Amino acid sequence: MIPNDPMNVIICGVGGQGNVLASLILGRYFVDQGMKVTIGETYGVSQRGGAVMSQLRISKTRQPAPLMPSSRADLIVALEPVEGLRMLGQFGNPTVTVLSNTRPWLPMSVLAGEHEYPEVSLVLDRMGRFSEALWKVDATEIALGLGSAILANIVMLGALQASVLLPLEETAMRRTLEASLPPKRLEQNLQAFSQGQEAVKRH
Amino acid sequence: MVHPITQESPDQVMLLMGNEAIARGIIEAGASIAAAYPGNPSSDIVDTLAKAAKNLDMHVEWSVNEKVALEVAAAAAMTGLRGVSAMKQNGLNVACDFLLNLNLSGIRGGLVLVICDDPSGISSTNEQDSRLYAKMGELPLLEPSTFQEAKDMTREAFELSEKLGLPVLLHSVTRLSHARGNVTLGPLPGPKGKPSFDRSRPFVNVPAPANAHRRLKEKIERCRDIFESSPRNFYQGPERPDVMLITTGAGLFYSLEGVEALGLDVQVGILKVGTTFPLPSRFLLKHLKKAQQVVFVEEGAPFLESGVKELYAEHAAGLPSISFLGKAEGALPQVGELNPDVMIRLLGRLLDCPRETRPESYEHGIRAAVDELVPDRDLAFCAGCPHRATYWAIKQALALDGRNGFVCGDIGCYGMGGGPAGWSQMNTMQAMGSGAGVAAGMGQLTNMGLDQPVVAICGDSTFYHAAIPALINARQHGSNFLFLVLDNDATAMTGFQPHPGLGTTATGQAAPPVAIGDLCRAMGYPVDMCDPYDLKATTDAIMRGLEHEGPQVLILKRTCALVAARQGIPPGRVILDTDRCIGENCGCGRMCTSAFRCPGLGWDPVTKTARIDQAICTGCGVCTRICPTGALKTEATS
Repeated sequence: MIPNDPMNVIICGVGGQGNVLASLILGRYFVDQGMKVTIGETYGVSQRGGAVMSQLRISKTRQPAPLMPSSRADLIVALEPVEGLRMLGQFGNPTVTVLSNTRPWLPMSVLAGEHEYPEVSLVLDRMGRFSEALWKVDATEIALGLGSAILANIVMLGALQASVLLPLEETAMRRTLEASLPPKRLEQNLQAFSQGQEAVKRH
Repeated sequence: MVHPITQESPDQVMLLMGNEAIARGIIEAGASIAAAYPGNPSSDIVDTLAKAAKNLDMHVEWSVNEKVALEVAAAAAMTGLRGVSAMKQNGLNVACDFLLNLNLSGIRGGLVLVICDDPSGISSTNEQDSRLYAKMGELPLLEPSTFQEAKDMTREAFELSEKLGLPVLLHSVTRLSHARGNVTLGPLPGPKGKPSFDRSRPFVNVPAPANAHRRLKEKIERCRDIFESSPRNFYQGPERPDVMLITTGAGLFYSLEGVEALGLDVQVGILKVGTTFPLPSRFLLKHLKKAQQVVFVEEGAPFLESGVKELYAEHAAGLPSISFLGKAEGALPQVGELNPDVMIRLLGRLLDCPRETRPESYEHGIRAAVDELVPDRDLAFCAGCPHRATYWAIKQALALDGRNGFVCGDIGCYGMGGGPAGWSQMNTMQAMGSGAGVAAGMGQLTNMGLDQPVVAICGDSTFYHAAIPALINARQHGSNFLFLVLDNDATAMTGFQPHPGLGTTATGQAAPPVAIGDLCRAMGYPVDMCDPYDLKATTDAIMRGLEHEGPQVLILKRTCALVAARQGIPPGRVILDTDRCIGENCGCGRMCTSAFRCPGLGWDPVTKTARIDQAICTGCGVCTRICPTGALKTEATS
């Protein structure tokens, strides 16, 4: 079912992008499938505009540690491009696959005019070069089209499902989304999920 | 709706955070009181119980500080029921005066104290191994290693506490408390008994504390006996291991990871100890007989390590010659948290089986790409945060005053004022409320030649927690300092728990608010109040305070921007008058961006002017007050 055991997944981005919710939904999905799942995360002061990362580790047989060894990621889901590249620096290897949002979230030093954010195309190029495969999704654009940038995390989950980089059965995945999201925002989130799927099918 | 954590569905598997698993253990144990003061990585325990409280026959509260929380929880155990408190390492330091008397007086029901340590200080101001308190207080210590154990050992801790008549410590760390994993639920408890206080058996250690201490010694020996057969201690691995890992808590994760990554299950055995004080000596001696090389794997101090070595020294005659490695001699790092890499490296070195690494070309290439393209992400106050405005005003006022005044502070979101987010305006930071205490001392030194103005700052929740005694002390002794309360209507850093000023409790009941200004006036302080968004008025008020002789209070009142957003307070709107923004030619040195550093306000490298990100900007308008040309303006919103 999962290609590696444990399957090492990283979901990364910037505090405020809904990184934790995305990892929680994926984790619940695999627990419902009878797998053992451990999620470790950075948090705390990093919530306030800092780099955030969840490590989701899935196994048939044992409860994995909340931190994976360096250079052992199988899949990186980047809600922000340079955060994906940052993670490749520590956890990447020639067989890792990357699914990345294309929209930057500017760090304070860039906003303040002290540094420049690199060309996104360069960042994506390096992610492609240092992975087996790179999938790009304009998740923030799609989310803004639905009314709120915060939906980008669910767009990315839709893209992930359609990419088959992780074995996510669609009906069961939608059930997990329904159980994990507040009812009044469910419809909008399901739309975000569908549009993420379509974005990948057009890929 | 029934909160999922309270569901009656034994054998259901849930994905729970370690802290949620502990909360479920508390529910399954049928505790009657849960009381705590928030502090990460422990806050989610009582947060979870508070959210579930309406389905539970349990009093759940955010107490004013950790010592009071433990006292409140102990009341349940003094009347035959079960109580629990949960705190981070710093909180235990606050609660310890009570705890290290309660150990002698004992309890009647069950009392569990959950302590969540934060190795590396990921969300803390220090790094401390709280397990040493178990030895000092001679109290039973349990250390769960998995999410399932976090729940099950919490329930067992109550049973042990009742059996011994002692508080029991349950120890967790960030990587267990704040990670998530599979947990199989157990049954919910039956109805609770009725509390009653037995006056014939008081909880008083005097006049002969040594007698009470003798009874404690007897209890802890009984506890050791119980631990000898605990299923939480076990050995797995070969009968004659080349290396025996002795581990506890989150150390088990990394031990298993190291063995698996290198495929060493034939050479390496794991002795997992879940009851680390008092140590089960017979159990340990039995397994030490098969060891030749031992490695201790534990977060924090070499606690289990020194305990086992001491035991070995006492019984060396009957044991093989064993070499010990761990933190004491630095085989594993003595500071910071453990991780799989350090275990893999150490095991690889000991057993000569280095692990595969990345191809060299990949290693160099990816490192170079990260160095070239990945910028750091500095911490900054949120858009609309009143603390940014406060520190800006402090910076202006101290500069205008010109006497090199300084700021004694403490812990909260405003602690970032010690770094670039607050222009390094906060100059001391130790315990909760210690800014007030240190400033009370500094304010005496002004009579001995200290010619710099003294300012103290403290948040609203911190004010109630620990600043009040220091303020009374300063008032009594006439210390010369200005005390700023950054009152943002929130315990923001730990997740917006209510405090005594907010008129509500953990479970959403209305409560009479205790006003900071009233308390300060009752202590005899002159009290001034200001909105920090009004930079000019705030700077002026601080200036007045610096010039004034004697102790005084200035309350800077403005709701946390995140709380305001949650409450649906409509944001304002800031716009840029592009005709007025003259960019690089202004002479202000791009004050609005390079100096002010708000995430909602950036520098546009193309137009070379300021640029407002309307998705992030809250419209607080503070930036409009620093723009010299008036190009930033507040626009009325409908």
